Formats: sequence, structure tokens, C-alpha cells
Amino acid sequence: MKHLLARNRHLVQRIGFTSITMMAFATVFPIVATVIYILIKGGPAISLEFLTGFPHDGMRAGGILPAIIGTVYLTLGTAVFSVPLGIAAAIYLSEYAADTPLTRTIRIAIINLAGIPSVVYGLFGLGLFVLFLNFGTSILAASLTLSIMTLPVIISTAEESLRAVPQAFRTVSISLGATRWQTIQRIVLKEALPGILTGVILGLERAAGETAPILFTGAAFFLPRLPGSPFDATMALPYHLFVISTQVPEMPIKIQYGTALVLLVFVLTMNLIATIIRSRARAKRQW
Amino acid sequence: MNKIVIEDLSLQYSDGTESLRGVSLGIRQNAVTVLFGPAGGGKSTLLRCLNRLNDLTEVKASSGKILIDGENILDPKVDVIALRRKVGMVFARPVVLPLSIRENLTYGLELAGERRRVKLDEAVERSLRLAALYEEVKDRLDDPAIALSGGQQQRLCLARSLVLQPEVILLDEPTSGLDPISTGKVESALQELKQDYTIILVPHSIQQAARTADFAAFFLQGELIEFGEGKSLFTTPKEKRTEDYITGRFG
Repeated sequence: MKHLLARNRHLVQRIGFTSITMMAFATVFPIVATVIYILIKGGPAISLEFLTGFPHDGMRAGGILPAIIGTVYLTLGTAVFSVPLGIAAAIYLSEYAADTPLTRTIRIAIINLAGIPSVVYGLFGLGLFVLFLNFGTSILAASLTLSIMTLPVIISTAEESLRAVPQAFRTVSISLGATRWQTIQRIVLKEALPGILTGVILGLERAAGETAPILFTGAAFFLPRLPGSPFDATMALPYHLFVISTQVPEMPIKIQYGTALVLLVFVLTMNLIATIIRSRARAKRQW
Repeated sequence: MNKIVIEDLSLQYSDGTESLRGVSLGIRQNAVTVLFGPAGGGKSTLLRCLNRLNDLTEVKASSGKILIDGENILDPKVDVIALRRKVGMVFARPVVLPLSIRENLTYGLELAGERRRVKLDEAVERSLRLAALYEEVKDRLDDPAIALSGGQQQRLCLARSLVLQPEVILLDEPTSGLDPISTGKVESALQELKQDYTIILVPHSIQQAARTADFAAFFLQGELIEFGEGKSLFTTPKEKRTEDYITGRFG
């Protein structure tokens, strides 16, 4: 009887272990499958004309250049607002703010900001930037909306990276006659930079792939020319994909998958850059 | 001559830990003054008062005066940056900044506004020689400081505080992580340095206290129990508690 129980326990452990392993693989499968599927379906669409041309024949032929450029503009625009603001907020929270009810409230607000559905950001952007501030449906309004959505990611990863810098560095720097700000500039930021950059890229990557926040604030269905100023609306990859997948009848499926592939490559490249920065910094880190 | 005069200094941390109670003490110029006693006695707290590093910690209350050259450095109007250039500090664990050996040394000087390459190079060499490290690192000043051994790192930290040509050097158990040979090098460097500096040392052992002290102060639970010349204090202590501690009856 005792012997049987022992064997039983062994079996239970093996079953448990195997199922955990299978679940781990199960999480990888959808990612790999998606990439391969889109690569196969969209690969044939990729050509020089597709990447550098304008859409024509009611977007059923031609290229997606305006959408690519538009996404680049929106990503850069988002960076312009969210990166300085996010890093400044993180420095304040990590280096200056004491633990008071006020800073606790700020932290809770940031965490909650990350949980808001992206379409709500879109509506907020419509109300504030497009209508109230009268920026119109524009790159500016869309970038600001995406910035608000990106900020929590940048702030929390940057704050984490700043806090990871050993306290002893700060003490030593102060004891050598540095002010707090000099210490932050010369030592803390330098050490936290790779972590901050990783957070920035991951945040921007999310912004680049979002549709809902730009839907009402800056995305155009079709534009015959590239946007000329921040006050112009723009085409963008994710929205373009949505449009040609649902709004255009008799759309060649090849172009849909080709567009998806370009968006995927755009986002994965940013991800790759973040990974490289992170692993390089980890190898170089001296503490 | 007394470089530093501490008058009735009391201090309490916000979390109620280690504190000082009514400490009065004169610290002689060009001598090594040792602050010793069991952990939690207030030695490090006192050191950190002397360059106002305690400003970074949450202090509940403090009273009393610390006069350096007659000026009360606890006065809120005191320029703490200037004070910290005048009162250098070496910590228990050698903390080199994540910079090169040279940059570690020039850090404080550049912050103080020195830009001239010649001056910086001079200062680097002078301070490294004082800390008895020059010969070992002269060919690799631009290597990361972290690549040095523990003992070299601690001498680099000493050199780094010397670069600013301070008048007072505070050392908080500077040899606690070092092997006996490195410890010996640091101790003999201190004997050289006291010609020009006022040195206050929290030793990591009673033996080190006895070896290095010109003057010694015994601290117990935030109070100064006994103060006197090193020679007499370690051989013929006046206080029973000092004797008990030195002879190893507690601690």
C-alpha cells in the first residue's frame, strides 16, 4: 500500500511537470505561428513599389508608403512629448519625491493610467486635443494622445531603472561635493540609461501599433500626398490595416497581409533594438 | 591645537535607532583620532555629522554644535558643498563610482570647477601617491575602477577623498573588507597623511584602534565614555566600562 502511494506521487509529479512544460510551449506557439503565417501570406506582397509607392485603384493596388511614413511620424511625435516628460517624472519620483500622500497618489494615478482601454484615450484625445485645443484631426493631436498612453510605461520602467542604481553611488557622489542634480546627471542617469531606453522603446512600440487612440485624433482613411505639417492628418499602418481589412470591398488579401507584415517588422525591429540595448548593458554593468 | 570642537551634540534618527547623547569632544589637528566601541554606539553617526552627510537621512532631532575652525557647521546657513570638500570621507565598503580610475579621482575636482588637464593630472598622481596606489595603477588609469582588487579600490577611495585637498579625513571602518596586507598599506598611509591632515578613524577592531590611535574616544550606546591619548587609554583606561570592552569582557 505504502509502496503504491510512493509510486503514485512520482507519477503525479511527472504529470504536473509535463503539463507545466507544455503550457510554457503553448505561450510561445501563438507568437511563432502568427509571425510565420503572416510571413508566408504577406511575403509575396513585399516589393519596392509596395514599400515606396502610393495606394491606387481605391487602395486595391499600389504601395503603402504614406502609411509607413505616417507611423514613423506618429512614433517620433509621441517620443518628442512622452520621453522628456516621462523621464522627468521618473527622476522626480525616484530621486526627489518623499513618500507622502501626494506622491502615493501620483503613483496610483500612473498605475491606473496604464489600465485605461486605448479607445478611451482616443476619445479623451478627441475631446482635449482635437476639439478643445483646436488642433484638429492631426499628427499633433494623435501624437499627444499616444504620448499620454505611453507615459505610464516610460515612467514606471524609468523609475525602476533609476531605483536600481545603488544608493551608495549617490552617497559617495554627495560626499565628494556634488549636488543632488549633479549626482543624477553624472552618475545615476548614466547608469540607468539602458533601462530607461528599453522602457522608452517598448512604450513607443506600443504606440506605433495602436489604432484606437489615433482613430478619432489623427488617422486619415486615404491621403493622396504625404502630410506636410504636424497639423495635417496622416495615414498610419495599423489604421490602414483596419481600413483595408474591413472597409474596402474586394480588397486583395495579399495587400492586407503585406501591410500586416510591414507593421509587424516595424514593431519587432524596435523590440529587437530594445533587447540588444538591454543585453549589452547587462554585460557591461559594473555592479 | 583642536581642529574640531564638538559641544554637547545630541541626535536622534526618525526610526529611533542609533543616536548620540550629549557628546563633547575636541579633535586635534594633524593626529589620528580613533572613535571606537561596540556597534550602535554612535561612531558612524558622529562621522556623518562632521560632513553633514546625515542631511540625507531622516533625523528627528539634533542639538549642540560642531565647530570646525571655529565655525559651527550644523548652522543651516553653512555651504555644505564647501564643507564636504573640506571634510573628505572614506566608507566601510569601497564604493568606486562606475567610471575609470582617473575619472573617479577627477570627479570631485571637476565638480569644483577645475578643467585644466595639467592640474587634474597632477592631482591624480599626487593623491595616488599619498594613498600608496600610484605604482600599481599608473599604467592603466583609464581602465574601469571596478577592475581593481578590493584593497586597491579602498586605496582609490582614499585617494579620491584626498584629491580635493581636504583638511579633515573621515574614515568609517575603511579596512573592514581588506586582507592584512592591504590593511597595513592603508594604515601606514594614514600615518603619513596625518602630517598634513586631521584624521578621524572608526577602526574595524580594537587592535587597529590601539595600533593607529594618537587619541581615542570610546563610545557606548550613543555616549562618549572616555577620551584620551591612545597610549594611556589602551593601557590604563580610567573607566571600568572602557577596560571591560578593551579586555574583551563584552562587545
